[in-house]
Order: sequence, then C-alpha cells, then structure tokens
Amino acid sequence: MIRVRNLVKNYGDFAAVKDISFEVAQGEIFAFLGPNGAGKTTTIKILTTLLKPTSGEVELDGLNPAIQHNEARKRFGIVFQDPSLDEELTAYENMDFHGVLYKVPGKLRAERIEKLLKLFELWDRRKDFVKQFSGGMKRRLEIARGLLHTPKIVFLDEPTLGLDPQTRNQLWTHVKKLNEEERVTVFLTTHYMEEADRVAHRIAIIDHGKIVAQGSAAELKTQTGTDTLENAFLKLTGSTIREEEAGSIDQMRTMARMFRQKRS
Amino acid sequence: MSAIYILWLRQIKRYFRSRPRIIASLGQPLLFLLALGFGFGPIFQRAGQGNYIQFLAPGVISMSILFTAIFSGIELIWDRQFGFLKETLVAPVPRILIMVGRTLGGATVALFQGLVVIVICLLAGFRITNFARLPVALLFMVLVAVMFTAMGTAIASVLSDFQGFQLVMNFLVMPIFFLSGALFPLTGLPKALDVIASLDPLTYGVDGLRGAFIGLGHFSATLDIAVLSVIAAVLVSTGAYLFSRIQL
Repeated sequence: MIRVRNLVKNYGDFAAVKDISFEVAQGEIFAFLGPNGAGKTTTIKILTTLLKPTSGEVELDGLNPAIQHNEARKRFGIVFQDPSLDEELTAYENMDFHGVLYKVPGKLRAERIEKLLKLFELWDRRKDFVKQFSGGMKRRLEIARGLLHTPKIVFLDEPTLGLDPQTRNQLWTHVKKLNEEERVTVFLTTHYMEEADRVAHRIAIIDHGKIVAQGSAAELKTQTGTDTLENAFLKLTGSTIREEEAGSIDQMRTMARMFRQKRS
Repeated sequence: MSAIYILWLRQIKRYFRSRPRIIASLGQPLLFLLALGFGFGPIFQRAGQGNYIQFLAPGVISMSILFTAIFSGIELIWDRQFGFLKETLVAPVPRILIMVGRTLGGATVALFQGLVVIVICLLAGFRITNFARLPVALLFMVLVAVMFTAMGTAIASVLSDFQGFQLVMNFLVMPIFFLSGALFPLTGLPKALDVIASLDPLTYGVDGLRGAFIGLGHFSATLDIAVLSVIAAVLVSTGAYLFSRIQL
C-alpha cells in the first residue's frame, strides 16, 4: 500500500530525512515512532503530497504523491498533529464540507456522515458548533472526517496528543475496530509507546532522519533485549532530550523559571 | 464547481453567524456619514458644491465594501493559524478553485455589507436620483468587492501571522480609502494628489458609483468599468498565483 525507497528530504543544508526505506502492507496498522525532530512529520508530509522529496521513490497505492496529487489525495485520509476543524461550523457542517470537497455524492455522503458520527459517538452533538467541543471530541471528529471519503489509508499524526487516558483508550479501540471492519490501512505516529505496542502490527523507529529498527513490537523487544517497547525505544534512540527548535518563548520561560528560583 | 460552492457557502455562514462583526462593521460607515456628512455639509454647500451627504454616500458605501472585502480575504490568516487551511489544501481539489470559492464568498459578504450601508445612507438623507442605473451601481459594487477580496487573499497568502496586518491597514487600506476621492471632489486638486488619486483603484469604484447613483461622475462610466475590470483581473490572478504557492 505504501512503498518508500531511499527517500531523502533536505531543507537547505539540513537533512531532515536521510535515505529511508520501508513498506506498509494493505490492511496493516503501522506505527512510525521517533523522538521530536526525527523526521516523522516530514515523511508524512511527503506521503500526503504536502512536500516534494529531494530524492528517492514514494508510492502510495501505486501512485506517486509528488506528481499525481489529486488521485493520491482521494486515497488517503489524514488527521494532522494540530487541529484543522472549522470551529465556527457545526460538527455536521465540517463533515459535509469535507464530503463535498472529496466529491462524495449527496445521498452516500449523508449515510456515511451518520454512520461515522454514530461510530465516534458524536451523532447527538452533530448540530453543535465545534468550538463547544472538548479536545477528545474534536479529535474524534477529525478522525471521522478523515474517513468520510472511504480512504484506503489513514494517516494519524500524534492523534492522542493532549488527551486523557480514557479518551485515548476509546480512540484506539475505534481505530482497531475500523481497521478490522473496513480493512483500512493505518499509518500512525505517537509518543506513547504503550499505544503503539497495543495497536500496531508493525513498527519502524526513526531517529536523526534514519530508520534504526523495524519489526513487530515483540521483535523489537527481543532485538534489544528489553521487556517493554518504551525501553526498546530508549535503547535504540538514546535518552538525550531532543529539542525540535527551542523557540524564544521557551527560552523566556526557562529564564523566568531561573529568576523565580533565585528569589525564593 | 461544487468545491467553489461549498467554500462560498462557508464564508457566508461564518459571516452571518458573527453578529458582533456585522454590527461593528456598520459603526464605521455610520460615523463617517454623520460626522463628516453633517460636519462638512455646510462648508461644502457654501463652496457651491451642493449637498455633501449626496456626494459622500457613494464614498462611504465604497469604503464599507473595501474594508469588508480586504478583511474577508485576510481571514485566510485565521484559517492558517487555526489549521483549517490544511484541510482544504490536502483535498483533491485544484487550488485555483479553492481561491475562487473563497474570493466569491468574501466578495458576496462585502457586497451585502455595501447594500446595508446603502440603506443606512438612505436613512441619513441620501437620495438616489437615477433608479434606472441601479444595475450599473451594482456592477461597480461587485467589481470593487471582488477586487479587494482578491487583494486581501493575495496579502494573506504571503503573511503567515497577524503581525503584518496593522502595516497593511495603515499603509495600504487607509491610503486607498483616503486618496480615492471618496471624501472630496477630484476637480481642482493639487497635481501630486491628482496623480495619486488616479492611480488608486478605489477612485474608479467611487466615481462609477457616484455616476450611477447621482449622475455626478468625474470619468465616464465606461472608463471606470474598464479600469476596474482590468485591475480586478490582475488582482485575482495575483491572488490565485500567491495562494497556489502557499507552503504549510
């Protein structure tokens, strides 16, 4: 379903992705894990037509996303790392908007919207504005929306970021069910290793733009001689903290913290 | 086509749902009309130019279209910051259709705003002298609305946050309004101001509207329409080009 060969992406002098290769089979749940700034989001952006690769081959359901934009876009649904809903519209309107953009015909659109909103337990709130929704509801709505045009592949870029354990648990239950019932291929990233351990059939770990290990959770644990995926991950990627980009606000916060400590 | 429609519809829904925005945007034209209209009225009359409200109303109508249109276009920055832009850019729809849909939506909103201001002007004592030319007036309003929505979209395509917004207001939108002849007649101006006014696209909108409503155009209606159409075409193309180049 997804085939990546010797993919390279450079931003000027900086190499974000350095010659990676992997494959994701039809119907698989594939977890793409790595520390901040490892190249996860860059890879997703390339697979989802938002960025062009510097070199290498990328194939998505037999299509080249860098060239066959519109065809490729019909094949996948995506839940971005940051929210992408229109808060001034209702849940139903957000779904409907998406359905029209993806040319889902009227009657089928209404049926799919009803089915998905019921599946994600949002049907009763369909007439409410998204700005009144909680973080978990927004996430669920985004996933439901990403599935509306019956994509073959769904990309979930840190879908559980900032959600409480109950919501996270429920969300992955939905994703698993969806994968089993509709045979949707799932490509996900997350920082919660236990989530990947629970849902993913196969895992690839990327660090500094290179894939350092691939296999099932069990294989990764055996390979590293560890008992949890978290420990396997730390063993493979080291335990130094990565800063994607220490923004000026972060620096100010650090300064403020130091200042407060000095006074007390 | 359905993509253009749904993007248009979204703009309309968002506008009519934000009542505070509608009310706020009516305050400014009202202030101009009352303060300037009645304030300068007596002087204007004494200078032998006739009724100032009559003269000013087309300018105030143009102003409200200008501001609403630019703002509708610039709303794109919100979409970028709140993430909704990604949803539209990753859809299997050519970007040109997205830009056109947005622009038509914004222009419709601006046009509606203009129509409401016409009513306010009528209440303040403005009298349309030639009802037969109302369709021409409408055409001018549409051209001005499309032109400045596209300008807003073009600007928002290159700005990534609201930091530059104040700059755009003070150095682009305000001069466009104040130098357009919305507030003063174009006859007998100092040379420099005359040149600047004739380079200001809004000048032709105000002039066309004035000609259509009260028969007091400085240029001919044909010239006004021609200039506005060309500038609108240029701005829509520029907007579409810059929009197509947005990187996330």
